[in-house]
Amino acid sequence: MSARTTLRAFPTLLRVGFAEAVAYRAEMLIWVLSTTMPLVNMVLWMAVSREAPVGRFGEADFVSYFLATFAVRQLATSWAAWLINWEVKQGTLAMRLLRPISPLWAYAVESIAAFPMRLMVAVPVMLLSVALVGQKAVPQHAWQWGFVVLSVIGGWAVAFLANVAIGALCFFLESSQKVLEVWLVLFFVCSGYMYPVELLPPTLRTIIDWLPFRYQIGVPVEMLTGAYGWEESLRLLAAQWAWVAVLGALAAVTWKQGVRRFAAFGG
Amino acid sequence: MISVRGLRKHYKVHKRPPGLKAALRSLVHRSYTTVKAVDGISFDIRPGERVGFLGPNGAGKTTTLKVLSGLLYPSDGEVTVDGHVPQKREEAFLKKIMLVMGQKQQLLWDLPPAETFELNRAIYDVPQAQYKKTMSDLIELLEIGDLIGKPTRQLSLGERMKCELAAALIHQPRVLFLDEPTIGLDVAMQATMRTFIKEYNEKYGATLILTSHYMDDVAALCPRVIVIDKGLLSYDGGLDALVQRVRPEKRVVLRLSEEVDAGRLSPLGRVVTHESGTAVLQVQQEAVNATITRALSTLPVMDLTVENAPLEEVMSELFAESKARRTAASEPVPA
Repeated sequence: MSARTTLRAFPTLLRVGFAEAVAYRAEMLIWVLSTTMPLVNMVLWMAVSREAPVGRFGEADFVSYFLATFAVRQLATSWAAWLINWEVKQGTLAMRLLRPISPLWAYAVESIAAFPMRLMVAVPVMLLSVALVGQKAVPQHAWQWGFVVLSVIGGWAVAFLANVAIGALCFFLESSQKVLEVWLVLFFVCSGYMYPVELLPPTLRTIIDWLPFRYQIGVPVEMLTGAYGWEESLRLLAAQWAWVAVLGALAAVTWKQGVRRFAAFGG
Repeated sequence: MISVRGLRKHYKVHKRPPGLKAALRSLVHRSYTTVKAVDGISFDIRPGERVGFLGPNGAGKTTTLKVLSGLLYPSDGEVTVDGHVPQKREEAFLKKIMLVMGQKQQLLWDLPPAETFELNRAIYDVPQAQYKKTMSDLIELLEIGDLIGKPTRQLSLGERMKCELAAALIHQPRVLFLDEPTIGLDVAMQATMRTFIKEYNEKYGATLILTSHYMDDVAALCPRVIVIDKGLLSYDGGLDALVQRVRPEKRVVLRLSEEVDAGRLSPLGRVVTHESGTAVLQVQQEAVNATITRALSTLPVMDLTVENAPLEEVMSELFAESKARRTAASEPVPA
């Protein structure tokens, strides 16, 4: 589908996607419950830091970090790999492929259309963070908020494109669900979801800086808690969007090659 | 409109016997077999034609439709649909075609069909005025006015299928591939669908390819049939000619005012059925007139009709013939 036609179709795609998200609101709330790990970690790390700060993190810092993690996780997430696996296996991808719009756009829009519902969870959590920690829980300057928005979008893009690349592997393997599980394990360890990445030893931190996981959660969270000045923020944002470009290319190639192997089973 | 030359679609399929031992062996050594779903078929279809694709399960009908609609890449051969190569899946091509699968749905399950219609309008970039006119026609023809506001999951199979068809036609495709569109529907709904599909073909001049195991669909819609068996084309021509070739005999159906002995029927022809005052005789075409004359003079006939053999029987016989030919060809020649 041409870019112009896709753009023209976008508002309707978003509106219908939002209607679907509303229809599946109960499922979404259950999913939200499954993402409460940062709240557990928050309590643990608060206990650890009660005696003395861990690095630069005192009790209040852990509260703002993990509430921000919870909020960012609501937005910078994607289930496209699971969906692609399901649709390829069931043959239902055929119905998407018949339409003059790439299924990847459809997956992306379905995810983006759920943002308003997810913001209904994320925003109150951030307000709670401000209420508990004070103004320093969030950025103090307008430019920092700009970075927050860009880094959250970047975090979503990392999650989505990695999901597409992994999902498209199911055209080559019988299922790529296990690959997704490996990705998720690495995500939990390397993304800053369980603990701030800066608390890790320098060697590990350097390795993590070269991996995509931190750019999905850790970097947007660090931006949201106002951890960096202009230069460092810019450097991290550039690194994040470089990963978006790399994963975008990888997703596009894997998808394009994979669709050629689509067998459209079932009917 | 559609040109197919030497189309092949072969699949490499992993094969292993059941059991733990075979499962363990397949860890280190996987054996594959090649399935020839379609094995070198050629045909042409003119604009506006209605063509039935017939064949037993696994014959390659649906695979052919999927290649024609751009879902599958052919292993070999050349296919064009209205000047497009389907597997390139160009936007212009996808806007001209639609594949309706009776066993797959595009309607959004938890939203009313009206949302899917609106989504398709946006995706196919249908102008609002055209969309309103098309929707109004579709709602009237398919009688779905009361259905499009209900969540899809609450619709019956027949209601859903009518909405599926409406969703598929919003962009007025010039080529319509229908894969078992009436599967699971009751007789009345099947008839409604057939009437609608025929009207769509006549109104818009759309080319139509249909696969169905319901021979009534084929008889009502397709003057021409293409028969595929084991990936090979075994017949391409008129439906009547096919019946004449495979089952040239006619059926004389007699409704009798009183019961008669089977012995009085058998001299007239082969008795196919005889029950509840109705007898069906199979006779050679050239003997039809003589049989009718004799039946009227010797039996208490209330009503009499002459019919072709049911299409189901014709197809069964055709497939049995093909199978016998394949078996004969694969048997070793005695020395």
